[in-house]
Amino acid sequence: MIDTLRLTAEEASGLLERGEVSPAELHAAYLGAIEERDGELNAYLRTVAELDGEGVPIAFKDLISTRGVETTAGSRILSGYTPVFDATVATRCREAGLPLLGKTNMDEFAMGSSTENSGFGPTRNPWDPERVPGGSSGGSAAAVAAGLAPWALGSDTGGSVKQPAALCGVVGLRPTYGTVSRYGILAFASSLDQIGPLTKTVRDCALLYRTIAGRDPCDSTTVDLPGPVELPEGEDLRRVRIGLPRQMLELEGIEPGVARAVESALDLARELGAEVAECELPRSVEYGLPCYYLIAPAEASSNLARYDGVRYGLRVDEAWELDAMYERTRDAGFGDEPKRRIMLGTYALSAGYYEAYYGQAQKVRTLIRREHEAVFECFDLIASATSPTVAFPLGAKTQNPLAMYASDLLTIPSNLAGLPGLSIPCGLADALPVGLQLIGPQFSENLLFRAGHALEQALAFDAVPARLAGAAT
Amino acid sequence: MNRWEPVIGLEIHVHLKTRTKMFCACAVEYGAEPNTLTCPVCLGHPGTLPVPNARAVEWTVKLGLALGCEIAAHAVFHRKNYFYPDLAKGYQISQYDEPLCRDGRFLVPTAEGELEVGIVRAHLEEDAAKIVHVGGAGGRIGGADYSLVDYNRAGTPLVEIVTRPDLRSADDARRFLQLLRQTIVELGISDAEMEKGTLRADANISVRRAGDTGLRTRTELKNMNSFSFIARGIEAELARQVEVWESGGEVVQQTYDFHADTGALTARRTKEEAEDYRYFPEPDLVPLSPPPELVEPVRRQLPELPGARVGRLRADLDFEAATGLVTSGRDRLFEAVVAAGGEPRPTANVLMNQFATAGVDPAAVEADEFAKLIAARDRIPRDTFLRAVAESGRPGFAAEPYLAEAAISDTDALAPLVERVLAENPKQVASYRGGKEGVLGFFVGQVMRETRGKADPKVVNELVREKLRA
Repeated sequence: MIDTLRLTAEEASGLLERGEVSPAELHAAYLGAIEERDGELNAYLRTVAELDGEGVPIAFKDLISTRGVETTAGSRILSGYTPVFDATVATRCREAGLPLLGKTNMDEFAMGSSTENSGFGPTRNPWDPERVPGGSSGGSAAAVAAGLAPWALGSDTGGSVKQPAALCGVVGLRPTYGTVSRYGILAFASSLDQIGPLTKTVRDCALLYRTIAGRDPCDSTTVDLPGPVELPEGEDLRRVRIGLPRQMLELEGIEPGVARAVESALDLARELGAEVAECELPRSVEYGLPCYYLIAPAEASSNLARYDGVRYGLRVDEAWELDAMYERTRDAGFGDEPKRRIMLGTYALSAGYYEAYYGQAQKVRTLIRREHEAVFECFDLIASATSPTVAFPLGAKTQNPLAMYASDLLTIPSNLAGLPGLSIPCGLADALPVGLQLIGPQFSENLLFRAGHALEQALAFDAVPARLAGAAT
Repeated sequence: MNRWEPVIGLEIHVHLKTRTKMFCACAVEYGAEPNTLTCPVCLGHPGTLPVPNARAVEWTVKLGLALGCEIAAHAVFHRKNYFYPDLAKGYQISQYDEPLCRDGRFLVPTAEGELEVGIVRAHLEEDAAKIVHVGGAGGRIGGADYSLVDYNRAGTPLVEIVTRPDLRSADDARRFLQLLRQTIVELGISDAEMEKGTLRADANISVRRAGDTGLRTRTELKNMNSFSFIARGIEAELARQVEVWESGGEVVQQTYDFHADTGALTARRTKEEAEDYRYFPEPDLVPLSPPPELVEPVRRQLPELPGARVGRLRADLDFEAATGLVTSGRDRLFEAVVAAGGEPRPTANVLMNQFATAGVDPAAVEADEFAKLIAARDRIPRDTFLRAVAESGRPGFAAEPYLAEAAISDTDALAPLVERVLAENPKQVASYRGGKEGVLGFFVGQVMRETRGKADPKVVNELVREKLRA
C-alpha cells in the first residue's frame, strides 16, 4: 500500500528506482486517492487514466496546454478546448518521464486568491473543507497537500503559487521572471506570469524547478540560468543575512497567529546562524497592490481578447451577427472576475487615461524594483509572512473584491520586481497552516532552496492535514 | 487650381519576402490554398508566444538606411488592440512610439531639381488575415451571407513607411512611389508589386491657399492599386476638396475609396467615435536593440540607390529619360553601353523603346555588343536592327552577323528605283514641286518598302531630293 499522503516526490522516485513499485502502481495509487478524496475537495478538473512516462506522476494547473487533454484555465469560455500542442513545461516534464495525473482547478484565468472564481466550482482546503485553499493555483496546492499528487505545477502572477502553498501547508516557488518558459501557458498578465512548482518538500521543489527551468526559443522573454540548479543539503543558515521589511511586519490585517508563527520561524533562523534585521520597503508595500491592479488587468484585457468565439471554445451565435456574437460569447463565457479585470484594464489603457494609469504604474514598478535592489545591497534574503491570513472560509470574501485582492499584499511587490520567492510552511495558527515567504535577488533560487531546506528541517512541520492523517493509517 | 496648393503625405505598406512569417515559422507564400500556412502561433491559440523574425528586422533596418532614417538603438513592439476576425489574437503586434526607423529623407529627382520627401518613420508589424465576404452586396460585410477567413496572410511581415506631407502634386506622389518601389526591389526585400498587394499606398490629402503655412483638414484615400490610379485618385480628391472650399463648404476628415473604373470617390462609413487601439508595449517581446554590429555592415553593403543614379544620368539625359531608365532597371546597362562607346541619347531611346518592347532582361546583355548595334543602327536594315535588339539578351550574342547585313547605300543600285517611284506618283511630285516639302517622306517610305527596309534611309533621302530638283 502506497501512502500517497506522506510520500514525497523524491521518495517516490526512490521507490521506482529500487523497483519497489512500478510506474503503473504509483500512478494508480494517486488515481485511487483522487477517486477517494477529490469528490470533497474538487482539486482536479479532470484526470488522465493513461500512463505516459516511467517517472513520478505530476498534476498541472489547468492553464498549462496539454496536447490532446482539455485545457480550460478554469473558464467556461474554453469548455471543450483541447490544445494541439504541449506547453514547453509540459514537454520538459514529458521528456523527464513524468506522467500526467490530471489538470487541477483554478480561479478563472488565474484571477483570484481562493479558487472560488473557477467556472467549475470551488476547490476546498484539505485542512478544513469549509475553507478555501487559496488561489489561483488552489487545485494544485490542495492536490499536493491531500496526497492527490506528489507534486504539481501552478502559475504565479500576483502570488498564485506562494499564497495557496501557504494556505495548504505545502512548498511553493515563484521562480525569477524569465527562467521558466511561458510558451503554452494560457496568459493572464504576460509580464508577471511564471510557472512554479508546488511540492511537499524544498528538495522536491528544487528537483521540479530543475526540470522545467531554462531558456526556451519559443519564449523570447526567457534567459539561460546562470548556473545549474543545486539540490539543498546543508542544515544551517550561517552568514545568511535576512531582512524583515518593517512595512510588512507592521501591516494592518496580519493575523496574530500568522505573525507568531513567522516570528518563531525567524527565531529558528537566528539559531541556525542567520543574521536577521529589519529593512525598509515603504513604496513597494504601499503602492504594490494598486500598481499590480493596473498592470495585470491591462495586460489581461488584451490577452483575453482572443477568446472571441471565432476559432475555438464557446460561441454564442443566435444573432448571426459579428458584434452580437462577440458580446454574447464573452458575456456567457467569462465569469465576473475576468469581466471586472477586462474592464479595469481596458480603462487603464484608454486614450487619455494611459499616462495617468498604465504609464504611471510602469514608473512605480521601476521604483519597486529599485527599492528591492537597494535592500539586497545589505541583505541576502527578505522574509515575511506569505499571506496575511490563514485559509479563510468559503464565501468570506467573494462579495468584496478588494478584501480578496489584499490576500496578495505580501506576495505582489517582489512579483512586480521579477524576483523569485519561496513559500514554506512554518507552523499552524488555529490548526491551519501558515506560510513563510523568502524573497531573493534575481536568479537566487539556489540560495532560496538552501535557506528553505535548512528551515524546513529545523521546523519539522508535519505537512499532512491533521484530519486526513488518521484516515490514511 | 494654381491658387490652391496640394499637401500630400503617403503611408506605404511593403510586404517583406522573408521565407517565414514575422513571429512564427510558417512559410510566406502568395496564392497558396487558404489556411494551409498556419500554426498555433499565427492562429492565436491560447498560450502561444511570438518570436521575432531576425531577417525581417535586418531588412527593415536596410530599408530604413536606404530612406536615410536613424535606426533606433531601442525599438519596441506594441500591441494594437481591436476586435475583428482577421486578428486571431485580438491585437496586432506593431510598433508605436518607438519604431525601428525614424526621421529619414528620400530625394526624388524631378525636372525642376530634387524633391526632398521627409520620412516620419518606417516600422515593422504583422499583417492581418484575409477576409472574404461571400454573397450580398459587392464583397462587403453588410448583407453578406457569410465570411471566410484565410489566416495564411496572418502574421506575415509588413513594413509601414509614413512620409511627411511634403508632396505637392499627384505627379510628385507617383514619382516618389515609383522610385521608392525601385529602391525596395533593388534591396531585394520585397517584390513590391501593387497588383499583388505586396506594395500598398494610402494618401493623406489636403489643400491650402498658396503661400499659407498652416494645414487644412485632410482626408485619407485608400484602395489604389497602381501608380496611375494613385495619381488619378489624388487628382480627383484634390479637385473635390478645392470645389468644396470654393463653394464655401468645409472639407470633413474622412476616408475615401477611389474607383479607377469610374473615376469616382466614395466615402467610407464614418464611425460615431474614434477607434481607440489601446496601444501598449508588447509584454511577450523584449525591446529590439539592433547592435552596431548588425547595422553597420548593412549600411556599408547598401548599393547605390536609384535616386542617386537618376541624378548621375541627368548629365547626359533629360529628366524623363533618366528616371525611365532607372525605374525600369535599365540604367546600369545604359551606363555600360555608353562606356563602351554608345551615344547616350540614342542608347536611351532604344533601351526605352525597342528594347523594352522586346522584353529583354537588361542583366543578360553584353554592353560592348550592344554598343556596336547602337553605332550601326542607321546603317543596317530596320528589321535587322529590331531582330538584333530582341536577340541581344541571348547567351553568346554577337552584333557582327547583323552588322554584315548592311543597308543598300549604293546610289547606282537605288537610283533606278527612285526614278520608278517618282514616275508612278506624278500627283505627289507635282505637289512637292508646288511647295509641299512634306511629301518627301512619302517617297522615301515607298523606296524603303520596295527594298523591304534594306535601303539606307539617308542615301534614299538624298537621292529623292536630287531627282526632284532635276
